[in-house]
This record gives sequence, C-alpha cells and structure tokens, in this order.
Amino acid sequence: MAPESIAATGLAGAGPWRLGLRRLRSNRVALASLGLFALIVVFVLAAPLWADHVAETGPNKTHTLQKIEVDGEKRDVVNPEGKPIGPVWLGAGGKFFLGADSRLGRDEMVRLMYGGRTSLFIGIVSGLLTTALATLLALLSGYFRGWTDTVISRAMDVIWAFPVLLFAIALGLVLAVGGLQIGPLHLSGGSIWIPILIIGVVMVPYMARPIRGEVLSLREKEFVESAIAQGAGTVRIMFSEILPNLISTIIVFFTLNIAANMLLESALSFLGVGVQAPNASWGTMIATGNNLISSAPLLTIIPGTMILLTVLSLNVFGDGLRDALDPKSKVRFEAHSGLSAPEGSETIGGLTP
Amino acid sequence: MTEPLLCVRDLRVGFVTETGRVQAADGVSFDVAPGEVLAIVGESGSGKSVTAQTIIGLTRSPNSRIAGSVRLRGAELIDAGDDELRKVRGEQIGMVFQDPMTSFNPVYRVGRQIVEAVRAHRRDIGNSEAREIAVEMLDSVGIPDPAQRIDDYPHEFSGGMRQRAMIAMALALEPELLIADEPTTALDVTVQAQILALLERLNRERGLATILITHDLGVVAEVADRVLVMYAGRVVEQGTLDEIFYDPQHPYTWGLLGSLTRIDRDRPERLPQISGAPPSLQSLPQGCPFRPRCPHEFDRCPELPGLDARLAEAPAHLDRCWLEPEEKRELRQVEGQIGLEAPK
Amino acid sequence: MARFVVRRLIGMVAVLFAVSVLTFLVFNVIPNSDPAQRMAGRAAKPELIATINEEWGFEDPLPQQYLTMMGKVFSGDLVSYKGRENVEERIVEGIPATVSLCLGAAVIWLFFGILFGYLSAVRAGGLLDRGLTVLAVTGISMPVFWLAAIFLNYLTYKTEIFPSGEYVEFTTDPLEWANHLILPWITLAILYVGFYSRVLRSSMLDVMNEDYVRTARAKGLSERRVMSRHVMRNSLIPIVTLFGLDFGALLGGAILIEAIFSLNGVGQYAYESLQSLDLPPIMAIVLYGAFFVVLLNTLVDIAYAYLDPRIRLGTSAQ
Repeated sequence: MAPESIAATGLAGAGPWRLGLRRLRSNRVALASLGLFALIVVFVLAAPLWADHVAETGPNKTHTLQKIEVDGEKRDVVNPEGKPIGPVWLGAGGKFFLGADSRLGRDEMVRLMYGGRTSLFIGIVSGLLTTALATLLALLSGYFRGWTDTVISRAMDVIWAFPVLLFAIALGLVLAVGGLQIGPLHLSGGSIWIPILIIGVVMVPYMARPIRGEVLSLREKEFVESAIAQGAGTVRIMFSEILPNLISTIIVFFTLNIAANMLLESALSFLGVGVQAPNASWGTMIATGNNLISSAPLLTIIPGTMILLTVLSLNVFGDGLRDALDPKSKVRFEAHSGLSAPEGSETIGGLTP
Repeated sequence: MTEPLLCVRDLRVGFVTETGRVQAADGVSFDVAPGEVLAIVGESGSGKSVTAQTIIGLTRSPNSRIAGSVRLRGAELIDAGDDELRKVRGEQIGMVFQDPMTSFNPVYRVGRQIVEAVRAHRRDIGNSEAREIAVEMLDSVGIPDPAQRIDDYPHEFSGGMRQRAMIAMALALEPELLIADEPTTALDVTVQAQILALLERLNRERGLATILITHDLGVVAEVADRVLVMYAGRVVEQGTLDEIFYDPQHPYTWGLLGSLTRIDRDRPERLPQISGAPPSLQSLPQGCPFRPRCPHEFDRCPELPGLDARLAEAPAHLDRCWLEPEEKRELRQVEGQIGLEAPK
Repeated sequence: MARFVVRRLIGMVAVLFAVSVLTFLVFNVIPNSDPAQRMAGRAAKPELIATINEEWGFEDPLPQQYLTMMGKVFSGDLVSYKGRENVEERIVEGIPATVSLCLGAAVIWLFFGILFGYLSAVRAGGLLDRGLTVLAVTGISMPVFWLAAIFLNYLTYKTEIFPSGEYVEFTTDPLEWANHLILPWITLAILYVGFYSRVLRSSMLDVMNEDYVRTARAKGLSERRVMSRHVMRNSLIPIVTLFGLDFGALLGGAILIEAIFSLNGVGQYAYESLQSLDLPPIMAIVLYGAFFVVLLNTLVDIAYAYLDPRIRLGTSAQ
C-alpha cells in the first residue's frame, strides 16, 4: 500500500524514511560531506558581510592604481608590470585577503564569495529545473507508454546524441549574443538565467531515462493495480501512488545533479559561453586566473578548489543518501560524462571534457 | 550399521548484520546414510537452506560465524581449506538450487557449463570426452534430443528442462550425495511431480544419497526416507517418513500436516493454516520458539526443550516438545485429522 | 540478429536526421538575432552580411533554409567567414590529433579503471577499497580543465618534465608524438578512471551476488575461474557499452583538454571558433560530434545484443 502521507508511515514504527534517516545518521562520512557543503553555502552567503565590513569593496570594483597598507608597508594593488598583489591574508585587515584577481585589481576573496553565489545558484536552480522536467517527462513516458513514451523517448535520444558539452556550448554561444525570446519570455544575452536554462534542459535526458525505468517497474506493482481497480483517476495515481515511491530516487538524483551542473557551468563559463561579465562565477574566475597562471597560480587554484570541494561534498553526500534510502538500488546517476548503458546499470552523466 | 555418508553435529551458523547477530542455524545435527533420501522441511527463515549451503561451505563470508562439525566419510569440512572444499564440491557432493533460470550463467551454453564442471575436477578428460559425458547426463535426466540441446542457452530451455539440466550438471561427476535446495519451488505443479520422480529414480538407480530441502510436506511424501523438521534455526522433529506422517510429535509438524490438502479426505470448510508468522530471528521468544503460535503451550515451555527421543519404541524419532506422548496423540486430532488450531 | 542490426541502422539514420534538424533550429531559429549578422560577427561589413544572406538563403522559408544548410555541410562547401577557410578541411586536419588523444587516454583509463574497480570489488569494504573510492570520487569531482591548467603550469612550465602541448604527427616522430601526449592522456584519463572503477566495482558486486556465481562455486570451480569466467565476463558488459558511448562523445572533440594543451585537434578548432564567435565551424563540429555519438551508440547496442544471447537469439522456449 503506497503511503498516503510519508509522515504517517514514519510514525508507525520503522517506516522506510525512519530507517533511511537512521542509516544516514550512522554514515559519518556522508554527514561530514553535508557539513562541508553547508559550510560552503554559509561562506558564499556571507559575501555581502565580508564585502561591506571587512574588504570594504565590491566584486566588480577595480583598484588598479591604488595602494594598500600591508603590515605598515604601502604596496601596489597591481604592480607596474601588471602583476596583481598576492594573498595579503590579514595584513591589511582583511582587504585583499586572497590578493587581487588580475590587472583590474579586484578583491579576489570578495569575488570568490560572490562568484560562489552565482555558481551555487546556477547549480541548484538548474538542478531544480532538470529534476522537475525529468520527473514530469519520465512519469508521462513511463506511465502512459505507447505513443507518448515513443515521442518523449525519441526526443530525449536526440538531445542525448549531442555530446553534452558541445551542445551546451552551442546553445550558450547562440543565446549569449542575442538573448532568448519565446513568446512573452525575454532574456537578454547576459542574463544569468540563460546558463540556468541551458544546463537545466541539456541534462534532462540523463535523469529522465533512469526515472522512467523506475516508473515502468513501479507501474506493474500491485498497489497501482489496486488503485486502478478502486477507480482512481490517472493523475491521482501518478501523483499519489507512483510519485511518493520515486521520491528517494529523485532526491538522490537531485543532489548528484547539482554537482554535475556545477561542473558543466564552470566549463561553459571558462569557455566564455556560460556566465557573462559583469557577473562572475568560479568558472569565469578560473579563466581569468589562467591568464596569470605562471605568475599567480593561486588565482587559478583557489576557485577550482572551491568547485572541487563543493562537487565532492555533494557527490559523497548523494552516495550516502542513496545507500541510506535504498541500499539495493541499481539505478545510478553519476556526475560525469557517463551516458546510458542499456538495462542493467543505468548510468547518467554530466560532462564531456 | 553402515557408516553414515554425511555426519552433521551441532552445526551453528550465525550472521553479523547491521542490527545485530542473527543465528540462522542453531545446533543442527543429523546423519545421511549412503543411498538415503533425507528431507529437511521448514518455512522461510527456518534455517534449512543455510544448513544445506553450509555443508559445502557456501556461507563462508566475513559476516558469518560457523561452528560445529560436518564430516563427509570422516573428513571434516567445516574448517577445510579452500582447495579441499573445492575438490568436494561437484565431485563428492553435488548441489542444485531453487531457480534454474538464475542459477545458470545466461551468457554461456548449457553444455559448456557442464563441461566446465567436469573439467574443473578432471583435467585429464579432454573437451570432446567431457561433451560426451554432458550429453549422456542430459539424456539420463530425461532431456529429449540431448546432442542438440547441449548447445542451447539456458533461456532456450523450459523451466522443467532447465532444472533437469541443472541436476545433470550437479551429477556429472557422479557424486555420492546430492543436495537439492527447493528444487521444485520455482516450477509449475505438474513439472514439480516430474522432477521429484526424476530424483526418486536417480536415488533408486544410482544409490544417490539426497538431501531434499523444501517447505512443502507434500513433496516430501513422494521421495523421502527420513524427515527433519526445522523451525527458527533448530530441528524440532526428526524421524522416518512414516513416523512423521503417522505419529508426529511436534505441534509445528501437526500444523504442517494439517495444512496439506489431501485428496483422500473431505474438503475442509476453511483452508487450514498455522496461525501467526515465523518469528524474527533477532527476537526469539524465551524457551521453545514455537510458543506464540502454539495452542498447547503450558508452564514448562519457557524452558527450551532438548531434541530427544521420547518414545521408547522409536529411539530414532526425536522431537522438541515437553508434552507427554499420550497428550500429543490426543491434542493433535482436530476435526478428525491431524492438525493444529489457533492459539487462544 | 540481422533484422536487429537493420532496425538499429534505420533508427540511427532517423536520429541523425532529427539531430540535424535540431542543430539547424538551435543555430538559426531559436536565437533572437539576425542569423546572417550572427554568422558575420559583431563588426561585420554590410556587404558581408548581404553575401551571407544570399548564400544561406535566410530569406527563404525555413525548410528551404534547412536544405541549404545541409547542402553546404554535405558538399564540403562550408566556409568560415572569420577564419576564411573551408571548415570541413580543417576538421579533417584535426582528426589525427583528436583520435590520438582519445585512443591513448582510453587505453590508460580502461586499464586503470578496470584494475582499480576489480581490486575495490574483491576487497570490498577494506582499506584499499575505501582509499580507491576516495580517489575515484575526487577524480570525478574536479573540473578537468582546471586540472589540466594546473598540470600544465607545474609539470610543464615550472619544471619542464613534460613538453608543452603541440601535437606531433605520429609519422614524423613516434617518440615525440607520445611525449607530447602523455600529460593530456593522464589528465583526461583521471576523470574516467574514477568513474569506470566505480562502475566496475558496483557491477562486480552485483554479479558476485548472482545465483549463477553461487552455482559456479558449488560446482567446485577454482576462485580464479569463478572470477574470470563468470564474474568478470558479466561485469564487464556494462563497461563495454559505457565505453562505446564515452568514446563516441569524446571523439566529438575533447575541447577543453585540446585547448589547454594546444593539441590542434577538432576540439581546439572548436575552442578557437568559440573565442571568435565563429558559427559555421561550431555548427559543423556539433554535427560531427553528434554523428560519432549516434554511430557508437548504435554499435554499442549491436555489440550488447551480441554479448547477451537472450537478446541475440530472442527469448524462445518458455
């Protein structure tokens, strides 16, 4: 009997959610990862605080010709050869904590925090988009089968045929110039919603396929048959019977998808077809830093490390979540360029380098 | 008295799980004489499969705790090294499992899998000779056109044929003992009868000792010489086929017998069954594990009964129930037949 | 089996057709600006825009435009306006570098991926397994271009252990060819090794619990034989199919790696075109990339059917 309300099941003895939560709580590695992710979120949320009160500057404010006082000594923010100042740490009271980012003399720490907001925002929102779309399409496709399934699956196959990165790049390229206009929806080329849309849509097939597989098998289960026999309508069955059983899979996928999306966004931004100036993300920061990599390697290392830590924490937590909620799950989503393997182990992916 | 082929003494198998330790088999002892058919009967969770698989060491794992003794013609198997165990498997003891579809590797032809079994033990037998042996075996288990079918894939066989092929593979090296773990459970009723007939014939013609694991007493009646009834990891009754069917001593056995549908009796009004469910091995009641489902529980039951012979005239008929034999004979009669009511 | 292959090939053509239509839509219809202008670039002269309009027929109805575009692609006549060169020729020139990169990396990642996955699975839960898992998850969590940039900086510029990029033809000098490719190979492989080892590990753990593995042991087969003949044979099937797909996608141009290591392959061409917002090459490369993905996808489906006799022969007697 499908749980009418998840909470009700949890209360009546060891329901699946209770068990899952207990398993998760005993998985210290997963909890540590969640903690790391939470720390990172706090870090980026603190951006305005740091910018206003410690660094006293904004992410896009240039300080090329200025000097700052470091431990009593006056130093150029950008020296005459164009080399930005390295990490000052606390020498100037927190200003230029990580140094300046380029010839433009912007505060790297402030940019790191604001850029992180962009990266996380894009990752999470596009993740929501992908998850919502994929779930809807998978439900329709798996439940109704027949023509609906054929059409949706073929459409997914076509998108799937494009190497993820190439496709996203192509979309990014054409939309970055003129923006997007569909009916009442108008987005300018520099809008942050363009990468969100692109990434959100491009990743849909990779999530839709495994979820569709689950819908197909859930559909055959007895509780669906009995609901039909009781005269329940289609929409009700989809949402009250099938969907609750998909939730644990969806949650796991959503977590792993955020990770994959963040990697994709960083690649797109690095190539110049993702986040556009004046917005910044960790990806654009790597691009900026790359120009100075021999003289100031930290400018490249630091944003990349932030991406690594965030994605890593999400991946590890996502795995822990999967083990806790459904240890026997054969359905897989990996934050990487795996494309599907038929039957057996369904894997879905992210990004072709 | 002939030397027993297999001698199991006080076998105990436990598993360490995330919620604690589970004792799947607790103090199981029995003998199998050469050429004898021993049936082990019980519900799921009774420990019958675990016992059977432990005989050839299939339950060895980092999570398992195995103790006791299993002697095959005097040679101890419990602590045998991997190489020794490997030699026993297939060559001295053959094993057949419940689901022949998943028990064959789907990507290899059936003949090849049989040949593999033969050549693993007898390197001196060449490929073509091994194939001939395989064809003979398929023939002897009643598969028509064996020379053709030897090159078929498992999915190309029907359920019953597949199980026959599995039996052929298990017997390819002519072991003295066959362990059949629920060989008919996954098959249609009509096919079940055929497989049982096959096992009976193999036992008769080759003197093949057999341990038959099943949850179905009806299956047992066809083939077995002796019966072991297991519940919650312990043997609760053991005796000859006649003893078990005509003079059962344990309430659980009464329940099993009572739930058999018999052609030679009137149809009961309700389908009889043993009320309640098998206990969780992690929370066994104190004393006799059958207490919660037994209508005849009395004040001695919180003490675990030993597996003893309580009938002077049948010293090999053992059971674990404190009730007096005369009481048992009376209590087991329910509506004119042997059965078990619900507890009050 | 033959019928299966034919059906798959037809499906492949159908998907490729759909892919071309989608490419067309993406490049010419979806965006909100004048297509000729987009192609010519921001500071283009009006004459150039007019020329483009003519050649590509942007005034014509959409289906006609599509045919014109396809005509250009297939006749080898696709010209880049900014680069002033024939796009297809340039792509063909870049193929040896891209293929060299992909093949070399593939060999490395398959070898280590399978090795690590195997070790992880047979000692599941142990220290080695956990260590390898940590490495694997880290490997798939990092932006590969970032790793490449860092490797380039520390292993090439700073210490000169490896030469800086630049592709050397195999026919010119095999040793240099390999020398210049080692770092890109390793960088690319790191990502995939992590992934493949995890896939193999999980596949092996699933297979090791299958009934037929238990039967194999019960038959008295040696552990080595159980592993190689029964466990590996079946565990590798998902790896094989996955590899086909990944390799196909990679052939579409490992843009980031090629760009950072200056490997002059198809990927680098894509990168340069991106920098200059040059559309025709991107369009062609997208089609080319999709072609390989679909081709390998189809080959993989066929191979999978071949490997699994249930599919190959159809499920008959029941």
